[in-house]
Amino acid sequence: MVRMDAGLSLLGKVKTISRGEDFARDRSGDIYKVTRNLDPAAHPFERAREYTRALNTVKLERLFAKPFVGALSGHIDGVYCVAKHPTKLATLFSGSADGEVRIWSLTSQKTTWTTRAHQGFVRGIAPVPFSDNFVTVGEDKIVKMWNQESTEPLNTFISRAAFTGVDHHRTKPLFATSSTQIDIWDHSRAEPVQNFSWGAETITSVKFNQTETDVFASCGTDRTVILYDLRTSSPLSKMIMKMRTNAIAWNPMEAFNFTIANEDHNCYTFDMRKMDSAMNVHKDHVSAVLDIDYSPTGEEFVTGGYDRTVRIFNAREGHSRDVYHTKRMQRIFCVKFSMDAKFVLSGSDDGNIRLWKAAASEKLGVTTNRERSATNYTKSVKDRYKHLPEIRRIDQHRRVPKSIAKAKYTKRVMVESAKKREDNERNHSKPGAVPYKAERKKNVLANEK
Amino acid sequence: MPGQKGKAASSASRPGADVTTSGVRQPDEKQVMDERKQAAASKKYDRAGTTNIPLRSVNDKKLKSKLKSTEKTSRQAALQAAQAEFLLPQEAGYLEAEGMEKTWKFTQAQMKDAVDLNTSSKMFDLKLNDFGAYSVDYTRNGKHMLIGGRKGHIATFDWKAGRLGCEVHVRETVRDVKWLHNETMFAVAQKKYTYIYDNTGMELHCLRQHTEVNRLEFLPYHFLLATVGNAGWLKYQDTSTGKLVAELRTKQGRCDVMTQNPQNAILNLGHGNGTVSMWAPTISTPLVKMLCHKGPVRAVAIDRGGIHMATTGLDGQMKLWDLRTYKCLQQYYTKSPAATLAISHQGLLAVGYGPNVSVWKDAFRTKQKEPYVSHLSAGNTIQDIAFCPYEDVLGIGHSGGISSVVVPGSGEPNFDTMEANPYQTKSQRQETEVHSLLDKIQPEMITMEADFIGTVDRAPAEVISEERRLEWEANHPNEKFVPKHKARGKSSSQRRYLRKQTNVLDGRRNELREKMEAEKKERERDRKRALGEVEEERPRTALDRFTKRAKTQ
Repeated sequence: MVRMDAGLSLLGKVKTISRGEDFARDRSGDIYKVTRNLDPAAHPFERAREYTRALNTVKLERLFAKPFVGALSGHIDGVYCVAKHPTKLATLFSGSADGEVRIWSLTSQKTTWTTRAHQGFVRGIAPVPFSDNFVTVGEDKIVKMWNQESTEPLNTFISRAAFTGVDHHRTKPLFATSSTQIDIWDHSRAEPVQNFSWGAETITSVKFNQTETDVFASCGTDRTVILYDLRTSSPLSKMIMKMRTNAIAWNPMEAFNFTIANEDHNCYTFDMRKMDSAMNVHKDHVSAVLDIDYSPTGEEFVTGGYDRTVRIFNAREGHSRDVYHTKRMQRIFCVKFSMDAKFVLSGSDDGNIRLWKAAASEKLGVTTNRERSATNYTKSVKDRYKHLPEIRRIDQHRRVPKSIAKAKYTKRVMVESAKKREDNERNHSKPGAVPYKAERKKNVLANEK
Repeated sequence: MPGQKGKAASSASRPGADVTTSGVRQPDEKQVMDERKQAAASKKYDRAGTTNIPLRSVNDKKLKSKLKSTEKTSRQAALQAAQAEFLLPQEAGYLEAEGMEKTWKFTQAQMKDAVDLNTSSKMFDLKLNDFGAYSVDYTRNGKHMLIGGRKGHIATFDWKAGRLGCEVHVRETVRDVKWLHNETMFAVAQKKYTYIYDNTGMELHCLRQHTEVNRLEFLPYHFLLATVGNAGWLKYQDTSTGKLVAELRTKQGRCDVMTQNPQNAILNLGHGNGTVSMWAPTISTPLVKMLCHKGPVRAVAIDRGGIHMATTGLDGQMKLWDLRTYKCLQQYYTKSPAATLAISHQGLLAVGYGPNVSVWKDAFRTKQKEPYVSHLSAGNTIQDIAFCPYEDVLGIGHSGGISSVVVPGSGEPNFDTMEANPYQTKSQRQETEVHSLLDKIQPEMITMEADFIGTVDRAPAEVISEERRLEWEANHPNEKFVPKHKARGKSSSQRRYLRKQTNVLDGRRNELREKMEAEKKERERDRKRALGEVEEERPRTALDRFTKRAKTQ
């Protein structure tokens, strides 16, 4: 009786955790509920677990790093120029040393159109915007304009000097060719409408700015990089470097920045308004860099070198993010970033064009939402712990061919000994007699206006 | 802002107060309160820790903006986590007493009448008189229970559904039982060896290196099974790879008290000489030794936050400790030495002594006069107690079987499905197993400071080198420590050149040195003169007539 009374008096004064068996879901067809409690006490070892995840991520990244997608084979001689179609993602133009031009379908990795376009080297291909037409130049001193419809050129322009490169204006029916001078051609005129020259023996490459469309740049064998504007009759400025520049790429998102591929194994990013010093020096190649192309996002660029490697750089960092090589790939003469920023292409001396993934370990194809969020999570976790030694070591490790590793080592020894020599010289001469020179200014010899 | 609060209260109490002004003021005050609440809550959820670097002192613009954005993100995350508290589905239980009533006087039978059917089904007794003194253990999600009788009876069951998993009799002494990472495997410390069984009761492994074990402990995030026994060796076995990770000699003889700190995976052992020692698998000596009792230590328990520790000893004391300062917070006298301790997720402390179990509330904060709940298991002796995670239930193993007792307000009401899910299905369990194996933390990462990874050690170089020396000496008992002097950045030609110059004596340098010394003396003299200290007059000699005298004198 007493117990009953006490029991009654407890009513309303006691509450306990009480979940039914149906707490996890209401009906059997439903998905199971996920409940979260973010109290840190409920999640011990958060940092240690995150670190472990980051470590697993970098390990898996290295494990799944299979960047090679396929080789487009068909050219009989080395591939010296490639160009992207301005609107079609899967179309590629290429020209080789035997004068052959091919159009490729990247999805099927097959040639869709081919012709013998020039006698000797095809030196440049430039697609005409908003059309299927494209322009090729060769060492046979002829410019030809083509359409996929026929194997005969639509139009032919004849010049006096062998061409080295071509690039088309973003909007106007104009294209620029480089030879001993820069010629500006109109589609409807047989003769160049304008020409520029500033003392170069041979101009090796010409590139239009795609944002500030009338500005373009060229580089020549006399170690110069020259800037031009179509609206003026003479070049804007000239910069002389220590060694020759092989190629130029304008940053598609930052109109005034461009990066040059230099013979001294480095790439240099310049601001065209301030040319006395590079914004960044990108090092890692162990031989001359022959071509360069920006990703459409402007965040990254790809380079191909005489050392038979393709490297991908973050545009703001001094060292490459990744390096691609294969046993059979020879000297790389042309590289391109695809317009979806997912692939890179390299054309090499062995006559193949190789298709690579821009992110070596990325999964191709459609990803589900869960996959994407998992990728984003692992990426941010990796970013958080990237400075820890174990993670950094695994993340940065790349196996490279012995010749490149050796060349890298030799280069380091050379750089160090040069530095030592300079230090010694400085220590044993009058203070200030041997000044320090910034790495970014070292290779810029002169600027002329 | 107590001032504001008072104003608002007075205006609210005044019936004739201007409606518009109070209407304006009210949301302001509410906003202030909200902000304060959020600040307090975000303190709880602040995972990044407060950075003491003043951003003004950072010169690098890129770094500065990065630091700023990181700080902002973490602050926002904490705030959002605090706001999400509102969404938690359950609230903690409670037991209240009115007037002359005492909560500890309520019996389980009385409570059974007052609670719902679901809860009352959680109160039960299993009378297992034959195989004596039972050890109990719950899985991390609280769904399954494992019991091991001293005389060899082992059983597992889904205790809420009342479904028996397996039941075996090993025909030898069973000293302790422990679930491994989930309900598919458990370890049993038997007479000679330690064994691992699966959920059907089949013997999977016999761990012959773990002999005469008294206590088992499993570190779920590290997949380590730790044992300690009569020989006083603490051994860590990796249950995912099967490797014996560490064998540590405690040098304290027989040990039958062990518990883990859930926040940093440090094992705390209680010894016969009254000390509690803390161990990590990488270091052969204890990280900390605390003298806690004047007699053998009987039981140790650590709370979920890893901040508080409770110990009992044969000296009849129960002591509560703060593990941040290693100071004793409270001392209690126990009528008979308490045999076992447990701390619930919500911080309730359960003590088992003789046939009694008493549960204490807020014991770490203030000295309590009386328990919160007490339970008598008449005629039995309590062997082992364990709070069931995410339930208001205390499992008691005693000489006459096991009891399941409801302690309102003991369990964490809101579980995190990603961490431990009481309702997990088979496929969820399998997936969790794979993920937890992928996230397995290496045993080398067990340290006192669990969040050390990813932080910068700001201690001075001497402190770090001293720590290194201690660590090295602990691991190499009979060798002498020879510090490695890593000469980073000392090999450049400039440095080498400058180093050489320090040993070159030339006239100019000597002159400079002399001049500096003279200046120093002069400064010293000036200082003394300013203080009014009189310079000692040298006795004048005959030769002094040839020296120049200072003009001031």
